[in-house]
Amino acid sequence: MNAIYQFVAEALFIMFILLTVTGSFLAVKARILMHAVLGLAVCLLGVAGLYFYLGSMFLTMMQILIYMGAVCIVLVFGIMVGYTPHESAEKNGMSRNMLLALVSSGVSAFLLVAVVIGRTTWTASAAKVGNFSIEWIGENLLLRYCLAFELISVVLLIAIVGSIILARGGREEEV
Amino acid sequence: MSYLSHNLNTYLILAVFLLVIGIYGMIRHRTFIGMLVSTELVLNGAGLNFMAFNKFTAPDPAVGQIYTLFIMGIAAAEAAIVVSFVLAVYRRYRTSDPENVNALQG
Repeated sequence: MNAIYQFVAEALFIMFILLTVTGSFLAVKARILMHAVLGLAVCLLGVAGLYFYLGSMFLTMMQILIYMGAVCIVLVFGIMVGYTPHESAEKNGMSRNMLLALVSSGVSAFLLVAVVIGRTTWTASAAKVGNFSIEWIGENLLLRYCLAFELISVVLLIAIVGSIILARGGREEEV
Repeated sequence: MSYLSHNLNTYLILAVFLLVIGIYGMIRHRTFIGMLVSTELVLNGAGLNFMAFNKFTAPDPAVGQIYTLFIMGIAAAEAAIVVSFVLAVYRRYRTSDPENVNALQG
């Protein structure tokens, strides 16, 4: 019985990987911009599933809530409110831009996979503290990593105020 | 039997894939929103990397999760800023093509 559970878990894991890969391909290769945002949402869902396999239920929920619920909706609003052309990527296949994109991404992929991942042996730390529970995260956020907690709230406040000023200023100028 | 989901390299290679396809899309996309979508892919690769090392090597499991939450907050702030920036640029330049926004080029 346990082997069946393991098999189902592995199958679901591979499905999440496939969601991530196909979503990111759609996000990059889609001709219509709205399709790119939908591909991004699929990719983010796959990454949320991977977070679940990495032991954090909390981060899975936050990924779905923040990324798919907030960031993707903001992008969709940006597409619908502002003027955007229908095509998002270049039509002609082999331009200079394409060569640059292929070379830069290929070189960085080769360096990271062959040099960094292939040649390093990662060792787990001997002493383990704490666990994956939400209580432990909350305690750390309020005690040890209090600065990060406060900093992210300040960053979000500045971003909200700044985006309101940016979006409003232009309208007054126009009138 | 070794499982795919219990292996650190699976997550690392997937994170590299997200980073690389994000870089590719950032160069290939022709609109600001498309570039923003690719940037989100890169940030997700970074978050996946943090979470993978958090599970397999870090002594304290809270650190990587807090870092990933930080990345999510930064990404949300960045998306809001960029969308309002796109609106402001469209009002000023009447275009959303990044090639045409070149007032500083001289």
